[in-house]
Amino acid sequence: MAKENDWTKPAAMAIPKEGYFTLEKGRYGPIFPRTPACYGFSVMAKIKPGTEEKIRAYGKTIEKAIAEVPDALAVLELHYLRWILFNIGKDTYFMYQGIFDTDFDKYTEDAVALFTKLGINTVFENLEGFPMDWKTNAPAFVKFVREHQVPSFLEYAEYPYVSAGEIKKALKLKASFSEMLDVMQ
Amino acid sequence: MLEFDDIQYFLISRPRALAARYEFLTFRQPAGGRAWLMGIIEKVPSAKGVGGASDLASRWVTVAFTWNGLRALGVNETSLATFPEEFRQGMAARAEILGTTGANHPDHWVGGLAGPDLHAIVVLFARDVAERERCAREHKEYLSQCTGVEVLSSLDLEGIPPFDYAHEHFGYRDRLSQPVIEGTGDVPTPGSGAPIKPGEFFLGYPDETSLQPALPQPEILSRNGSYLAYFRLEEHVGRFRDFLQQHGKTPEEQELVAAKLMGRWRSGAPLVLAPKKDDPELGKDMQRNNDFNYRTMDPQGYACPVGSHIRRMNPRDTAQNMQRRKMIRRGGTYGPPLPEGAPEDGVERGIAAFIGCASLVRQFEFAMNVWANDPNFKELENERDPIFGTQDGTYDMTIPKRPIRMKFKGLPAFTTVRGGAYFFLPGLKALRYLATLAKDA
Repeated sequence: MAKENDWTKPAAMAIPKEGYFTLEKGRYGPIFPRTPACYGFSVMAKIKPGTEEKIRAYGKTIEKAIAEVPDALAVLELHYLRWILFNIGKDTYFMYQGIFDTDFDKYTEDAVALFTKLGINTVFENLEGFPMDWKTNAPAFVKFVREHQVPSFLEYAEYPYVSAGEIKKALKLKASFSEMLDVMQ
Repeated sequence: MLEFDDIQYFLISRPRALAARYEFLTFRQPAGGRAWLMGIIEKVPSAKGVGGASDLASRWVTVAFTWNGLRALGVNETSLATFPEEFRQGMAARAEILGTTGANHPDHWVGGLAGPDLHAIVVLFARDVAERERCAREHKEYLSQCTGVEVLSSLDLEGIPPFDYAHEHFGYRDRLSQPVIEGTGDVPTPGSGAPIKPGEFFLGYPDETSLQPALPQPEILSRNGSYLAYFRLEEHVGRFRDFLQQHGKTPEEQELVAAKLMGRWRSGAPLVLAPKKDDPELGKDMQRNNDFNYRTMDPQGYACPVGSHIRRMNPRDTAQNMQRRKMIRRGGTYGPPLPEGAPEDGVERGIAAFIGCASLVRQFEFAMNVWANDPNFKELENERDPIFGTQDGTYDMTIPKRPIRMKFKGLPAFTTVRGGAYFFLPGLKALRYLATLAKDA
């Protein structure tokens, strides 16, 4: 519980190969544990040849979407997102890494709905093996993500187990407090 | 657009029934099961004509099957494999996902519901107890003529007096927040949200994405069907009343405790609209009693705690994608009411209900896994639904309050899951298809 998760004490966690310590079943597969670095996933998949520039262009699309609607991704309770393209031999791979505060099995459908709304899902259509009928075949979409999720074997946090919400609350309190001190001058 | 003459009435209309009987069946041989079904189809009404002013019937029959039941009737393996995984596995196998652990675990379920022999359910709703008894006798006689069809268990249900409003054994007014299906012509009560696309409840129609999900095969079997999650939920009325007395010095304080657990006063009045004092007139006024939100009217939960039952099971504007999480609830109460002031008598009483939807994993299982039983729902850290969640004395409930919040520590279990199952509720054409499956199919 929260009391054991002391944010003042940096923590690292080594994770077994399976990605979890004990098998806990979620609706769509095993639940990956909350670590000092919160929940997260790293989805990696080979891209279809010739789609690299198309995928890169999505970077700008997302940048623009967030600039226009800053809370567009709020529902995902994210800390960070990282999209990476890298090569292994002649093949190019896409990595989608997210750090967030919800167990992604729980909010899978919310994420899919949001991605659809923002047009993010179509980036996946450039990945090999992605089910092109994903719009009417939710289980196939979830299966693809599950099959391409690579669990971490080490996660570390300087301030462990702190949620984005708690960080924002603390910063808000700090801002209010500074303001109060200013007013008292 | 909805095929009212093919869809079973069950999730569309609610006839005025004061008694019910559920019979859980097993088919020892496919031909016997099909013969039983063939003989009962004519008694299963479609949605057309049920529940309206012209409905003069005195009993309404519904038939649904487990995945094992479809197989027991002779549906072939290729077709069976096209049904969604959670339905194929059945509710008992999904216990960990649903959070039905500990005392709620399928190991403790009654009536043979957790085993592979459960094949079908017949739901009988009747105008009154006498009609229920008459139909039960008739069905018993019919079954005696069907080879290899046996009743695993049954459950009789009756409304709790006074009959002028629906309520359960704890005394809470029920049926206040019901989704309206687009195309039925029903108008949602204020605050209940827009009508919901039929595909959220019936297979073969566009859902809230405007698309139509792929159907299990063959289409004649799945079209106009729905999934039902069944729950038999015992209510520990004595324990509930003891809890109110322990936490409230006066009857008014006790009512407030009951209201904080539920999010509504027992009269039905929502805490968001009546935060300090019960308002029975508001409670029964369907034009007002559901007309509220959380985001702007009670963001911190000072009126309606974030962890209360109604705020967990329907977070309204504080959750995403709500139109895709709605479900239709049917069912009733069983067991004798515990008289006010009487000590717990050890007699089982509770609610036996069905949750109707088009996707068990997306709708029902989400509600169980996240809303009812995720201890960290809305960062509450160590709480589950106080009424419906799996409780074992180790979870709390926070009551936001100014200047400082209070907490009920170690909430007892007010309810216990005594059984459950996943059923497929076919359309009428599908029932005929099943009844006439080739012997070697």
